[in-house]
Formats: sequence, C-alpha cells, structure tokens
Amino acid sequence: MLTPLIEFRKVTKSFDGKRVLDGVDLAIYPGEVTTLIGKSGVGKSVTLKLIIGLLLPDRGHILYEGRDVGNMGRGERKRMRERFNFMFQHNALFDSLTVYENIALPLEEKTRLSPRDIEDRVRSKMESLDLLGIEYKYPSQISGGMQKRVALARALISDPQVVLFDEPTTGLDPVRKNSVLSMITHNQKNFGFTAVLVSHDVPDVLYISNRVAIIEQSRILYEGSPHGLEQSDQPVIREFIYSLEALKKDIVGLPDRGELEKAYLRAVDAWHTSGSFAVLVLIIQDYQAIERSIGDFGAFEVLDTLAERLRSHVRTWRYIYGRFDCNTIVCLLPGVTEEPVIRGLLGKLAQDLKAQEVFQPNQYTTYCHEFSVSAGFTAGSESQRLEDMVQAAKAGGETLVRLSCAQASRGSYA
Amino acid sequence: MTWRDSHSFENSHSPLQALAWVGRNTVQLIREMGAVFLFFLQGLLLIFQLPFQIRKSLQQVYFIGVKSIFVILLVGIFTGMVLGLQGYYTLVKFGSEGVLGGMVALSIIRELGPVLTAIMIIGRAGSAMAAEIGIMRISEQIDALVTMDINPIRYLFSPRIVASVISFPLLTALFNVIGIIGGYISGVLLLGVNSGIFFSRMENLVNIHDIMGGFYKALGFGLIVVTICCYQGFYVHTRREGFGAKGVSLATTSAVVLSCVFVLITDYVLTSFLL
Repeated sequence: MLTPLIEFRKVTKSFDGKRVLDGVDLAIYPGEVTTLIGKSGVGKSVTLKLIIGLLLPDRGHILYEGRDVGNMGRGERKRMRERFNFMFQHNALFDSLTVYENIALPLEEKTRLSPRDIEDRVRSKMESLDLLGIEYKYPSQISGGMQKRVALARALISDPQVVLFDEPTTGLDPVRKNSVLSMITHNQKNFGFTAVLVSHDVPDVLYISNRVAIIEQSRILYEGSPHGLEQSDQPVIREFIYSLEALKKDIVGLPDRGELEKAYLRAVDAWHTSGSFAVLVLIIQDYQAIERSIGDFGAFEVLDTLAERLRSHVRTWRYIYGRFDCNTIVCLLPGVTEEPVIRGLLGKLAQDLKAQEVFQPNQYTTYCHEFSVSAGFTAGSESQRLEDMVQAAKAGGETLVRLSCAQASRGSYA
Repeated sequence: MTWRDSHSFENSHSPLQALAWVGRNTVQLIREMGAVFLFFLQGLLLIFQLPFQIRKSLQQVYFIGVKSIFVILLVGIFTGMVLGLQGYYTLVKFGSEGVLGGMVALSIIRELGPVLTAIMIIGRAGSAMAAEIGIMRISEQIDALVTMDINPIRYLFSPRIVASVISFPLLTALFNVIGIIGGYISGVLLLGVNSGIFFSRMENLVNIHDIMGGFYKALGFGLIVVTICCYQGFYVHTRREGFGAKGVSLATTSAVVLSCVFVLITDYVLTSFLL
C-alpha cells in the first residue's frame, strides 16, 4: 500500500477559542493532486499553512514521509521545507519588486545559479504562462489574473516536490481559470510534484484531482476519489457537487423535491379543515435532449419561464409548488376542486407561454430542437403520498404548449 | 447583594486588582523587551550569514542615508543658526561672545547632532520602515518568504541594521558640520563675532572625546531606531488594538513614538556615562 507523503493524525487547531480543525486525519499521497474543498472559513487554508509549517497544531501530529514534523531537528525541517512551495490565495507578490524579480527571487536567494541561468529559467517559465512582456511591471500595474499567474510562476520556479495552492483560480475569468487548472495538471504530470489544492471551483477542480477531502464543521467529512464523492448521498457532499444546480434552483426560486415534500406535510395539517386540493403537474418533455441540443442555458431559460409564468397565474391563490424532478414542476392548490377552474387556468397559461420568447422558433437561429410542455392534474387528498398524486396527474397529462422549429403551435388546452 | 455591597466588594478588591494590573503590564513589558532584544540579536547575527547581502544593504543605505541628506541639511543649518543667535545674545551679557564657536560646536557635536539626526531619520525613514514591513506582513509577503525558505529577518531586517550603522554616524557628522556652518552664519556673518576667535575657541573647547561620544550616540540611536521600527512592522499582526490597515497605522505611530522616547532616554544614559 502506498505510504502517504504527508499525514495528519488527530490534528486540532483553534484560534481565539474557536476550534477550526478538530481531530483531523488526512493523508496526502506522493505524485497526486489532492483537493481540499469546503465552505469559506472551515479551515482549508489553515490546513495548508499547517502542512508548510506557517502554523503549528495545538494537538495531534503532522507526518512527512512517516516522520513527525514536530520531532524533526532544525536541519531536517529546513530540508523538508525546501521541497515545498506555496501559492497564496491573495498571491502575496512583493509589491516593491517587478514581475521578473518576484519570479526570480527564490532562485536568487536559495540557489547559486548564475544570473544568466536564472534569467533563462524565469523567461522560460514566464513564456509557458503567457507572461512575457510584463517583466518590468510591478504587481499593482497588472491585472488580477496576471498576478495569479505570476504567483503560480513563482511557486513553480524552483521545481518543488510539493506545491500547495490556496484557491489558485479565485478571481479569474472562465478562460483563465481553465488555463490555470490545466497548467497545474500539466505541470504536475510533467514534473511529478505532489499538489494540494484548496478550491471552490466544484466541479471543475474535481477533473484534475486524484483525491478529494471535504472539510465541514472542523472535520474531514469525506476523503477519497472524486468518483467516490459522486456516489456519496450525504446532503453536504451533494450540495458541493451540485452547487451549479443549487445556483439554478436559487435563481428559478423553485424549492427542490425534498423541500416540496416537507412543505406539503406541513400544509396538510393546515388544509385538513378546508377540504381537498388540486395537484397540478407541468412536465417539460425530453428535458435532457433540450439541454444537449440548445444548451444548458437555453434549457434553464425554458424552466425559468415555466416557473415564473405559473407563479404569476396562481399568485392570487394559496399554493405550494416546487421542482419534483429535473423536468417536472408540481403545484398544489388548496380549495380548488372544480375541473373547469383548472382547465381555465391551464388555458390561460398555455396562451401566455405561447407568447414567451423561448417558444418562438426565430429565437433558435443556429440550433433548434422541438419540444413540448405537457400538463396534468388530479384531485389530491391528505391521505395520499405526494408521489402517487404526481404520478396520477402525469398519467392524465396533455400537451400544453409545443415549440415547433417551423412554428410554435398551441396544445390541446388552448 | 445590594449595590452598596457590590460597590464595597469592588472596593475591597481594587488594590489587588491594581496590583494585578501592574504585575500583568510589567510582565508584558519585560516579555516585549525580551522579544525586541531577541529580534535584534537574530538580525545582527544573520548579517554575517553567507552570502552577504551587499546589494540590499546598499539599497537601504540609499533609502535611509542618501534620501535623508536634504532634510538633515535643512534641519542642521537652521539648528546651528538659531543656536548661534540664542548663544550670542546670552553670551554677550557676560561679554563672552568669543566662546560662541565652542558653544555651538559642543552643543551640536555632543547632543543636538546625534539626537536631532536620529529624530529626523525616525520621521523620514523609521516610519516608512515600520509601514513597509507592516504591509508586507498583512499582505502575507512575509509568509511568502517563509514558504520560500527565505529567512524574513535576514531578508528584511539585517540589511537595514547595516544601513543604519553606516548612515546614522555619517548623517550625524553631516549635521554637525552643517550646524557649525549655521552657527557661523548667524554668529559671524550676521552678528559680527570675529571669525578667527569663533574657530580658535571651537578648536580649544572641542576634543576627540566629544566627537567620539557623538559618534557612539549616533551608532546607538541607529540600532535602537532600526530595531524598534522594524519590530513594530514585523509583528504588526500580533497587535490586539487593530488589524490590517489600522494595525499598520498604529504600528507606524508606535514605531515613531517609541523610537523618539528611547532615543532621548538612551541619550541621557549615554551622556551620563560619557561625561
């Protein structure tokens, strides 16, 4: 079995009485990219600073190649530290030195290379990071993205054995972010260094990681492969993996299935005296195909439009609604029992949707994909499970509106 | 317990509390002084670690020394002139205006030269040192040095010690010369003291012991100023009164105030030993 290069054993660290790490066990293996993820302020950067020795643990042990760092002599600790480099979250560039001097500093201070050799190495690193032409500028004269790359160049210039990256992609545009992540992975593969990353860029960063550790509430919640992470059913872990979905949910304003079911159970007591209710279901047919053909943002816009228009039509009534699954919106309407009322509502909704941009074929000039939204309803009762009522409503579903790439056509409710 | 009881209860404890406060602050002061001394000792020893930081030391000599020349010239000339003026009107009452040259030279060489030079450098370079190192601390630049296995005390403090040891005596010497010229301008050129008597009295009254005393003072002040200013900046993150920009501002203020206070205290101590 592979021996960890760096190992945390029951490490505890507190600041002003607040415990940031509590008995943390963590293993970092040589030649791998290990990513620490977690919410802001959970101790990810502290973990990196403990690894490099900028901070010392209050309790527990940090082992490097099986040797307790706390028991190392000065010489041994110095030799260990020489193999590390660190890229700070806010770059920590020397603002009174030029870009060139910043990158060259570790070589000038710690090696006996000739000025010519130093220049060659610095220029080569600058070229690989697309930094040529700014050698004589000061950090304050270049953009945030460039500062990040200069910090990266400085971290890699001495070819360290272990590189610690504290949020290397924070503040970068998507193109630069991808280039930094790919540069880390390419350099890591070329030089074989061990990389430890702290990042919020989930899921992007998972593609370049061999191992992932999630820190939550001062402890390691998960440690293992990115694949294993995907298999996890812990809510906090899923929150991280599906942070993009969470953003969509926040923008659309639709509660997810769990929240919808909780709201339904809460409401059942309140509705008990006021009779039955209607369960209305809107289904975007073939949602994954829409995502594939017109793209994520196009599919998201369809969902957003549907939710927003439905909300506007039922806003004068009491209602509970949410996203039952990826393509289904469920709306519960207490006190609505007559079928004509619901059909009238769906008719108005169909008319309204037909006028929306997402159902206009001329909006899809390059890629168009025909799709439809169907609607169904059923009478609900407190004794039934929500899932059964939704299935019943789906079974009676009819087309509400359809996008035809030739022209948008009306469904049967209109 | 009534308010009265509580009040008397508080009163019964106040001498103890006061004693505890004094004890706490004394321990804190001694600890701080020990930390400053260790900081100085590390910086001093690291000067001799190879390779020597000649270029960085020269850069600091330029910053602390060369860039302070103008302000030293300005302060020196007017200090000498006002000393000549005041001295003349005091001495003329006793008919002793002939000793003006000696009086101006002794005052400047023994006291005013080293002290005012030190205070001027504190204001111009000392505050800048504290602020620069403080900003490096709060922006993690010092941590970056540690992660690159570069000793920050050697990198930031040792060249400044070297520069202070070179700059303070030289600037003091410059202050002395320009101050004497100032005294000459007001005493001889403006008030009509005989030029020959001015210089011959100066030659008679000033000896090498006075000049060396001023030199030792300048050296001592240099070490005190650079240590206090760099220490304040280097440990800005440990201040409890303020962090970030506020911490740097407080560190700069403390650096200037403490340096001035310690320069004046040291001046008295050294003078009492040297006289």
